[in-house]
Amino acid sequence: MSATSSTIVNLPDQSSATLPKRNYLNNEHGLMSWLLTGDHKRIAILYLISITFFFFIGGFFAGMIRLELLTPQPDLMASDTYNKMFSLHGIIMIFLFLVPSVPATLGNFLIPIMLGARDLAFPKINLLSWYLYLIGGTLTLAALVLGGVDTGWTFTTPLSTHYLNTHVVTAATAIFIAGFSSIFTGLNFIVTVHRMRAPGMTWFRMPLFVWSHYAASVLMVLGTPVLAITLVLVALERTIGIGVFDPSKGGDPLLFQHLFWFYSHPAVYIMILPGFGVISEVISTFSRKRVFGYTAVAFSSVAIAVFGFFVWAHHMFIMGVSNYSALVFSLLTMLVAVPSAIKIFNWSFTLQKGSITFETPMLYAFGFIGLFTIGGMTGVFLGGLGMDIHLTETYFIVAHFHFVMVGGMLMAFLAGVHFWWPKMTGRMYPESLSKLAAVTTFIGFNLTFLPQFILGYLGMPRRYHAYPPEFQVLNVLSTAGATVLGVGYLMPLIYLGWSLKYGAIAGNNPWQATGLEWQIQSPPLTENFIEIPIVDHEAYDYEWLANKTVNEVTTVG
Amino acid sequence: MDNTAAVAHPREAVGLEEHTEHTFLPQHRHHFETEAQQREAGTFGMWLFLLTEIMFFGGLFFAYLLYRNWYYPAFAVASNQLSVPLGGANTVILITSGFCMALGVWAAEVRNKGFLVIMLILTTFFGLCFLGVKYVEYHEKWEKHHIPGPSFDISEFVNPAAHGITNEKPLPVDAAERTQVFFSLYFAMTGMHAVHMIIGICLLFWLTHRAYRGDFTTGYVAPIENFGLYWHFVDIVWLFLFPLLYLINRHPLH
Repeated sequence: MSATSSTIVNLPDQSSATLPKRNYLNNEHGLMSWLLTGDHKRIAILYLISITFFFFIGGFFAGMIRLELLTPQPDLMASDTYNKMFSLHGIIMIFLFLVPSVPATLGNFLIPIMLGARDLAFPKINLLSWYLYLIGGTLTLAALVLGGVDTGWTFTTPLSTHYLNTHVVTAATAIFIAGFSSIFTGLNFIVTVHRMRAPGMTWFRMPLFVWSHYAASVLMVLGTPVLAITLVLVALERTIGIGVFDPSKGGDPLLFQHLFWFYSHPAVYIMILPGFGVISEVISTFSRKRVFGYTAVAFSSVAIAVFGFFVWAHHMFIMGVSNYSALVFSLLTMLVAVPSAIKIFNWSFTLQKGSITFETPMLYAFGFIGLFTIGGMTGVFLGGLGMDIHLTETYFIVAHFHFVMVGGMLMAFLAGVHFWWPKMTGRMYPESLSKLAAVTTFIGFNLTFLPQFILGYLGMPRRYHAYPPEFQVLNVLSTAGATVLGVGYLMPLIYLGWSLKYGAIAGNNPWQATGLEWQIQSPPLTENFIEIPIVDHEAYDYEWLANKTVNEVTTVG
Repeated sequence: MDNTAAVAHPREAVGLEEHTEHTFLPQHRHHFETEAQQREAGTFGMWLFLLTEIMFFGGLFFAYLLYRNWYYPAFAVASNQLSVPLGGANTVILITSGFCMALGVWAAEVRNKGFLVIMLILTTFFGLCFLGVKYVEYHEKWEKHHIPGPSFDISEFVNPAAHGITNEKPLPVDAAERTQVFFSLYFAMTGMHAVHMIIGICLLFWLTHRAYRGDFTTGYVAPIENFGLYWHFVDIVWLFLFPLLYLINRHPLH
């Protein structure tokens, strides 16, 4: 920014940085200017607040589950209550936290800026999607307050349609509505990527963050409606008694499984793909190197999205699908490991001979790479037909998807929040405290979920609130880890809140990153760019950045 | 904020009114560079939304085809219960409605306000006619206890002769029970279709009101065009539902 920095162009000049007088945060005032905003950045902040709220509610249920499992006896809560605890933990964490986590917050904030656009294609639909999310969230809370729901997050029929007397319809309506919020987010992203790119921003100049969101959006748009119609059928079956899934009327519960997992398996890629995008940005920035194999990483996102639609029956290997289809689905499941591995290897090669520094987002990203690799590899175990029969419905499954979803996605989310926090708020988070939080999270996470792999392998089934006493040591370890993990998640909430007022002023580009979002002021203007940029360089072009910085200094000076 | 005209763009410099892609309408959103970009984005968004709708109905069609294969005799007999004249009339009504909508889009493009309003009203009218006929059909099922649920009655399929049906062979009880799956899917599919019609008719009221105000006959046709896409989509869903539910294997037992 200032003329004095002409000698040290590589270091961010934060000492003289000031908060810009006009930015999207202070452009308009009052509650209504937030609630009726069309600005993608403000909607991202609204989402960030709401998903954080639901994350801690879901986290509370996780805490209760772990507390109950501290002892082998069912002593903290009744079995029905325990069922409600894990059901609501799953429903809230998946539909109200993981699915919107990175796309609706960071994606919403960054995609238009990364593409050089002033906003998403449909700002009003973007706002509508936040309101739909809120309605879905409110209905989930209503189901919770009215007495809970105990189907598990999978709404398995005929359990959900015939045997339970809890608020299944309320919860299903909540997810139906929240699903439309995710459809609209995905639709908005796809149209924005296709139609709103700045001049010169070709497909292969887009940051990988955008590529991975594009792939996730395709999944949202194609998968979520199938979940919607499935839930409609469950609700109709429960309320007026139609017979699509009811065996006594000739329906087939397995059809429900097919329809449900046709969405819910791609949904795990909806959850993880945006996280891949964050990691690509963070790894590149803190190794000061272009992402190795840019094209391969971009296409691996698309490949995951495509394969993701053809593996759903691996959730049903023990449910009586034909052996031949199980064989095909098992093979296709293992194929997903290929594009995932392409990403991991390319990130590792990006690190090779890079000028690596260990800022907090990088620590989270390293956590992601390790934990996601373990989560992904155990996924290959579970895709194997023989192993799956031994391991399914045990804690091995629980550990596997928590490694991918929590160890993977949540780490990526926190990496992204820390990485773009200076851009979103204009202020830095406290570096040493946040490094401590990253390490605490990593230790707590491993302590919580590594024992669960062993428990599952030894045969402890999931979804029970009591277990044989010989499993207690590992369960105590897991509960202790969950406590550490809880501290690791509370710390960012506190210090990020603190930094809103007391954090150091960040300046435009504290990381010396190359993305378009780092070339504008922080926090950005409401319309993002004063002039729409003309893009004449590849993504992650650090030489371009160095030249630009030199030129900037001469023009200002 | 969203609706502000793009003042930064040189309106006067553009010249002739005929070059519609260069004129800046009050509906031009600030974040689009050009009006053509806005229109393309809107249409593209609408097509994507219709894609999600295809996936939504796709789940139902999948279930229908699956069960039709499994419970073939029950589905054949149950589908004979549906009235082809009523279904056929509804098909004609819906295509007419779609035709009026297409004329409406054309009217908006040539900026003929009166014709646009008339066409929107006709589209609404035929849409309501469709729902009226559907009501008659549903009512008949209600009276015959062919609505799935506790009061579902299979006597007509087990003993057709007692109900005065002579061209139908009796079904064994377990097969007759499967007709309930047919009617479950019949009501779920036509019901979902009707819900889309009702949403469309609500939108039509609003669009007619705005068309009457003259919103769409000054070059800003995107809402009419996109609603037209939606309405044709609803038509097309019916064009698949009608043969699947009413027509195929009409009388396989003869």
